[in-house]
Amino acid sequence: MMSFISYFINGLSLGSVYAIIALGYTMVYGIAKMLNFAHGDVIMIGGYVVFTVVSTMGLGPVAGILLAVILCTVLGVVIEGVAYRPLRMASPLAVLITAIGVSYLLQNIALLVFGSNPKSFTSVVTVPALKLADGKLTISGETIVTIISCVVIMIGLTTFIKKTRAGQAMLAVSEDKGAAQLMGINVDGTIALTFAIGSALAAIAGALLCSAYPTLTPYTGSMPGIKAFVAAVFGGIGSIPGALIGGLLLGVIENLSKAYISSQLSDAIVFAVLIVVLLVKPTGILGKKINEKV
Amino acid sequence: MAILEVKNLEVYYGVIKALKDISFEVKEGEIVALIGANGAGKTTTLHTITGLIKAASGNIQFDGHDITKIRGDKIVGMGMAHVPEGRRVFAALSVYENLKLGAYTRRDKNEIEETLQMIYKRFPRLLERKNQPAGTLSGGEQQMLAMGRALMSHPKVIVLDEPSMGLSPIYVNEIFDIIQEINKSGTTVLLVEQNAKKALSIANRAYVLETGSIVLSGDAKELMNDDSVKKAYLSE
Repeated sequence: MMSFISYFINGLSLGSVYAIIALGYTMVYGIAKMLNFAHGDVIMIGGYVVFTVVSTMGLGPVAGILLAVILCTVLGVVIEGVAYRPLRMASPLAVLITAIGVSYLLQNIALLVFGSNPKSFTSVVTVPALKLADGKLTISGETIVTIISCVVIMIGLTTFIKKTRAGQAMLAVSEDKGAAQLMGINVDGTIALTFAIGSALAAIAGALLCSAYPTLTPYTGSMPGIKAFVAAVFGGIGSIPGALIGGLLLGVIENLSKAYISSQLSDAIVFAVLIVVLLVKPTGILGKKINEKV
Repeated sequence: MAILEVKNLEVYYGVIKALKDISFEVKEGEIVALIGANGAGKTTTLHTITGLIKAASGNIQFDGHDITKIRGDKIVGMGMAHVPEGRRVFAALSVYENLKLGAYTRRDKNEIEETLQMIYKRFPRLLERKNQPAGTLSGGEQQMLAMGRALMSHPKVIVLDEPSMGLSPIYVNEIFDIIQEINKSGTTVLLVEQNAKKALSIANRAYVLETGSIVLSGDAKELMNDDSVKKAYLSE
């Protein structure tokens, strides 16, 4: 029983990371109607920034995360402005291929700068592990911090979208860019803001992910990136609560299959669940279609 | 005085010339109608004025400013609101949220609240349904919402694209009454309509578009009695 709880909580923690990454996918998809496949690699860049600041320069983890957030935010805005904005009127396929290109570009830049040898990442978490039930159940500091970060980010983001002018502009742009412009909303600016937020979250996800799984390579971001994309589709792409539910479910399913079925098959099981969900509900768990009256 | 003046406007879609040397003006306080058949260039003209499409050549003056090259979102703040064809309300957002987005360019909370109350007074049905998603409204109600949303920016000029499209005759009459009321309260109206009869009945002046050119213009009452207009646009 204790081991089940432990696997479950670790699953929630992994799922929280997926959820934070999935937010970036789902917001960008909701607003720019594109899949930013380079999103996973922004996580990896965030990881390397934290690594460089903490392990090479010897500064504290807070400085590392802060710098990673700033640099990834800038990176996200630059990627959008240079690679995606010129393609706003192009076919979705051209944008998708560009996104894959950006993904390889980031991986290869990291390869060039940091080499292919895995770096051993020092955890940014200094919170001590929590021992429960007379020491039978240990919850690591990383797990606690990850889950709390996810909750804080969710609440913050939801409040931002509901309460602020920029948040309402994001909702308007996600529904109808032309009509949003007719309201006086700067559509390009709003899309850039979405990339900025998504990339800042990717930096945080990178720090948390590398703290829990401390090997950093130029490909560190790609698998979590794809799984977070699955989580976003799973929960209903475009939906923020969907990203949370999708991410958490995915993390729990993955960890429990690793524990009780097979660690080799865990990814296959995750993707099989996705296929089943999409067969039953093609819009994802919280994805909905609004019937427009004419 | 002309609040909106369009001079020698030309617009291309790729290699196809959609607007050929269009010139017209709207004076402060007027209702001006652009009428014409499908594909004559009415919507293209409006989209170019409000910055959704770029002009190849020509010049658009609005309220003393050259707005030909100004981004669409900035034009709203300068005092021109556009109610697009097909209403394009934000279906997933509530009526209230739609109206609030209409005031996106304004900052003063008290003034926005004042306008909101005025709009609820003019469109009581929007008040009744303020928490309902806009997508669940009927076509006529959506048209009212789209107009109310445009009025939330407190415009000097309101541009209406096919407000009667797809509406039942009762709603058509109601919408045209509201357009006249909006005009009486001081807002200049530029109206594009396929329902030429209705449009001419409320307009001061009108321009007739045919395949991207203005072929006829003048006093709305006179155009109503013009034989070629009668034959082409007013036959029942």
